[in-house]
Amino acid sequence: MPSFVIPDKCDGCKALDKTACQYICPNDLMVLDKEIMKAYNRDPTMCWECYSCVKICPNQAIEVRGYADFVPMGAKVTAMRSSEDIMWTLQFRDKDIRPKRFKFPIRRGVAEGQAQPFDHWPTGDSDLKSPTLMCEPAGLNTDRGPVKIDHVLTL
Amino acid sequence: MTQFETVTVETDLLICGGGMAACGAAVEASYWAKQHGLKVTLVDKAAMDRSGAVAMGLSAINQYVDLNSGNNTLKDYCDYVRNDLMGITREDLVANIARHVDSTVHMFEKWGLPIWKDKEGNYVHEGRWQLMINGESYKIIVAEAAKNALKEAGGEYFERVFITHPLVEGNKCVGAVGFSVRENKFYVFKAKATLVAMGGAVHVFKPRSTGEGFGRSWYPPFNSGASAFFTIYGGAEMTCQEVRFIPVRFKDAYGPVGAWFLLFKSIATNAHGGNYMKENADELDKWDPYGHVKPAPANIRNWLMMLDVMDGKGPIYMQTADAIKKISDEAPDEKAAAKKLKELESEAWEDFLDMTISQAILWASSNVEPEKKPSEIMACEPYFIGSHSGASGAWVSGPEDLQNGDTKEEYFWGYPNMTTVGGMFAAGDASGASSHKFSSGSFTEGRISGKSAVAYIIDHNEAPQVDTAKVEALKADVLKPMETFEQFKGATTDPDINPNYIRPQQFMYRLQKIMDEYSAGVSTQFKTNDMLLAKGLELMTFLKEDAENLAAENSNELMRCWEDVHRMYQAEAHMRSILFREETRWPGYYFRADKPKIDNDNWLAFCNTVYHSNTGEWEMKKRPVKYLTV
Repeated sequence: MPSFVIPDKCDGCKALDKTACQYICPNDLMVLDKEIMKAYNRDPTMCWECYSCVKICPNQAIEVRGYADFVPMGAKVTAMRSSEDIMWTLQFRDKDIRPKRFKFPIRRGVAEGQAQPFDHWPTGDSDLKSPTLMCEPAGLNTDRGPVKIDHVLTL
Repeated sequence: MTQFETVTVETDLLICGGGMAACGAAVEASYWAKQHGLKVTLVDKAAMDRSGAVAMGLSAINQYVDLNSGNNTLKDYCDYVRNDLMGITREDLVANIARHVDSTVHMFEKWGLPIWKDKEGNYVHEGRWQLMINGESYKIIVAEAAKNALKEAGGEYFERVFITHPLVEGNKCVGAVGFSVRENKFYVFKAKATLVAMGGAVHVFKPRSTGEGFGRSWYPPFNSGASAFFTIYGGAEMTCQEVRFIPVRFKDAYGPVGAWFLLFKSIATNAHGGNYMKENADELDKWDPYGHVKPAPANIRNWLMMLDVMDGKGPIYMQTADAIKKISDEAPDEKAAAKKLKELESEAWEDFLDMTISQAILWASSNVEPEKKPSEIMACEPYFIGSHSGASGAWVSGPEDLQNGDTKEEYFWGYPNMTTVGGMFAAGDASGASSHKFSSGSFTEGRISGKSAVAYIIDHNEAPQVDTAKVEALKADVLKPMETFEQFKGATTDPDINPNYIRPQQFMYRLQKIMDEYSAGVSTQFKTNDMLLAKGLELMTFLKEDAENLAAENSNELMRCWEDVHRMYQAEAHMRSILFREETRWPGYYFRADKPKIDNDNWLAFCNTVYHSNTGEWEMKKRPVKYLTV
């Protein structure tokens, strides 16, 4: 199965108000078995291997094993996501190939939860029928470009 | 049987979906709704943080017009899209998104999305229109802004509520119905305007992988045709239903090739090292005036590759090692070359890890180090996606200020992005003939539609009239698969094998087999003809009848049943539109063997369709293509 749950690590998120993997799976695949308080992937053939469950699991209890029908066995790609970056470890099937580790930023300059949607630039007019969207025309420009756009363009 | 409580939610604007277009709509509509005291409600079948096609993340933003730089104009973008789609495009819609998309990207940056910058502080372009990003949390960031916008404007959002049907009275959309996959609740949303942004359609065609990897489609398996069904069944005129998209990607795991082709300037070859783009160049004359445009249209690139595949010249390879060598050779000394190599390696892997992790697993499991050996690429199965290089979706009004005297009567009817049904708006994969909007443009189109819908509500500020008896009948229909299962499950010893019903997984296989074998799927190398299509439509009739006997054991399976029905309508619209268009215009998407040539005299036109749900009849319409820039 693409995403799988390690029983020793999964505690069913009992300390949280919801089971994290069940909450996040975009295809509604992760389910909590309430009898044993462990989660599982109910339909691996509908799994996109998006790692949303892997990344959100508070106990690192979920991993992905490549699709068995075309992926040779033995490799492993693991993700550790924090609030600012993500760390990836790639282990190859051939153990003589040195595992690779990459760290990439995931957000910059804005704390989690703090994305303010409105008013980063003034909005040019308040006419609902005009083509001016929120923050336009000022937000169409950067401070680098030589062309200053002062109205929404037409062809 | 389990009883479902009916929950009624009244709102001004209902946004169906939670992906990029829906989030754009939520942000923009909330801004304007707040000023006018209106309520915005968003309904998502998943969790907004990871719903829609950007769930996994993205490694690039594919639409940034960069008007501010002076390097590009709106006309440049229209030229690019029109040529890529072999002339079939609505320039008013394309230009409308293009003139706003830069402000969207600038907002993403304000919300915390890391966009690559060079030493001078300029964005790093992957190609002319593409920006490189660290996009693992792209969707989380965008959803966060959308949720904050709804909150600030007094709106609300529902997660894990699956929309099944539109509510239409006369020719006006008055909301939608659906059910929760977490609680036994049937939802009735009554709204003054409804915005459809529920993504494209995957698993209409049989995928290449049919075992455990069935779900490894290029576009996500949870894009299940909800937008197409909602608009088709609601009576909206649809366009470009024949214009599927088939991407060429790294074989099997469908990892992105954009960075390789555009950023690393890699080439692809056949097994003998031949560059099919050059060796098969004579073929381009057949597809003029689009055969020789630059960049070559996506479907034409596909086609030249497919010719080699059909000639038995596979495997087809992305020459990754050559590309990396060429770049590191340009370094001034050995130390700089080693540094460059490390940089490229990291960029190449991040490209996969940010958006197609499966490809990283496949490379690691096949011991692929891209700097050492090439990797196979292949055409995926067909998808329905109005936001990329496909064009299927609803026929929507353009903006008034981008029309000329000739286009206005055809392309404008009052509110930008409103369908032909009053109060029903469409954006992202839900709207057609406005390709190449991708993630940023879909969000932007959501913004355009969101503002437009608010304007519509102000002009038509009347309580939605919903027929209660109709809603009750609809509720019974929606829940019927669960009733069917309960009624008949005891008839056999195995709930999967039962002569009284069909479960959704097998139903989906049946649909996919019809599409694959009769409607130009993978197994026929994307070829079909009128007779095959007629036969396929006959089999579709049986399938449609059997949809009445779908059975669901629980609410998750009930969702699968309705996803199948949604896909089925997309499938039929596709077959009928391929049949209606008597030519081959996008040879690398599908080939009508009985009409093997492009016919610009007769078919430089939109093929539109309207479904009449009261009679079950599909009305086909030819609409003129009218350009604004040529």
